[in-house]
Amino acid sequence: MADPMRIRAQASGDKATVRVLMSHEMESGQRKDAAGKIVPAWFIQEITASHNGKVVMTAEWGPAVSKNPFMQFSVKGAKAGEKVSIKWVDNRGATRTDEATIS
Amino acid sequence: MRQAMIPVALAMALGAAPVLAQKTASQGIDEYRAMLQDGNPAELFEAKGEDLWKQKRGPKKVSLEACDLGQGPGVIKGVFVSLPKYFADTGKVQDLESRLLTCMQTLQGFDAQAIAKTNFGSGEMANVTAMATWVAAESKGLKFNLSQSHAQERVMYEVGKRLFFMRGGTHDFSCASCHGEEGKRIRLQDLPLLTKNPGDGIGFAAWPAYRVSNGQMWGMQQRLNDCYRQQRFPFPGFASDATVALSVYLGVNAQGAASIAPAIKR
Repeated sequence: MADPMRIRAQASGDKATVRVLMSHEMESGQRKDAAGKIVPAWFIQEITASHNGKVVMTAEWGPAVSKNPFMQFSVKGAKAGEKVSIKWVDNRGATRTDEATIS
Repeated sequence: MRQAMIPVALAMALGAAPVLAQKTASQGIDEYRAMLQDGNPAELFEAKGEDLWKQKRGPKKVSLEACDLGQGPGVIKGVFVSLPKYFADTGKVQDLESRLLTCMQTLQGFDAQAIAKTNFGSGEMANVTAMATWVAAESKGLKFNLSQSHAQERVMYEVGKRLFFMRGGTHDFSCASCHGEEGKRIRLQDLPLLTKNPGDGIGFAAWPAYRVSNGQMWGMQQRLNDCYRQQRFPFPGFASDATVALSVYLGVNAQGAASIAPAIKR
């Protein structure tokens, strides 16, 4: 299973800023290995962010996103103590979901 | 009067232009680094390292929580800024990474020599780097204060100093060729002067660090290897006396510098 994400969510005013670090190889499919064979593309394709169980953001990613990607967004109306969860699905169908409490 | 003014103004314009251009470039790099700082993927390795430390692993199925990194079994906070130091049980001066290897062998039953021969970033070697990242992170902001009370520690300092100035290889390079003068750089990377304290979070106080350009987490051992690669030397072995001696030299010189490890690099 994939390594856990690091999620930091901080409320200030009427919104919360969420910062997410994901652990993923993010192979572009453009590189060749030592034997000259193309390293197959392997990247996060879908991101779903939920706030208290309700989807607040979705994103479609491609192979141009860096290895171990960092993502930041803000959620309007989110308060301290509430939950934010992030889910990603990669092009191999692997998935990982992590949750954090807004501070 | 007017004639005399012109050469002065010209000289100033000529002198100022390159300095300004250089400053803008390095400021640009600083801004880029500051932007990356917020999402330093080293945190992922920290989390992995902490988990590995506490997990029951290896042939003996035990955790490393009884490992003595120099301040007593299980003490993590503050050990990074006191390493390398002399360990009575092994009779050797050891840095963080070589000490982790010792613990993995004695406590968990891993084969330390086999791990030392593993490529960086793969197998158990990647786990050593992750644990070193976590241990270093627990000392973030603390100041380096290496012991020089044991005779072995003083010997290692002298050995490290010799190695630092030892020229060789196809380019007749030494560590001091790049790190022995103030104000040098390679492309846009400032080269710190490592014969004295280079300041907080520079040189020895910045590694382990995450390299953005290749997406790899590097410990000090790998960083030293990379210096040897650029000198066209053969690689010293992982956790060898040579790399530990150099670490002692750099660490003692960095006395009083605050650690920012794990840092983020270009």
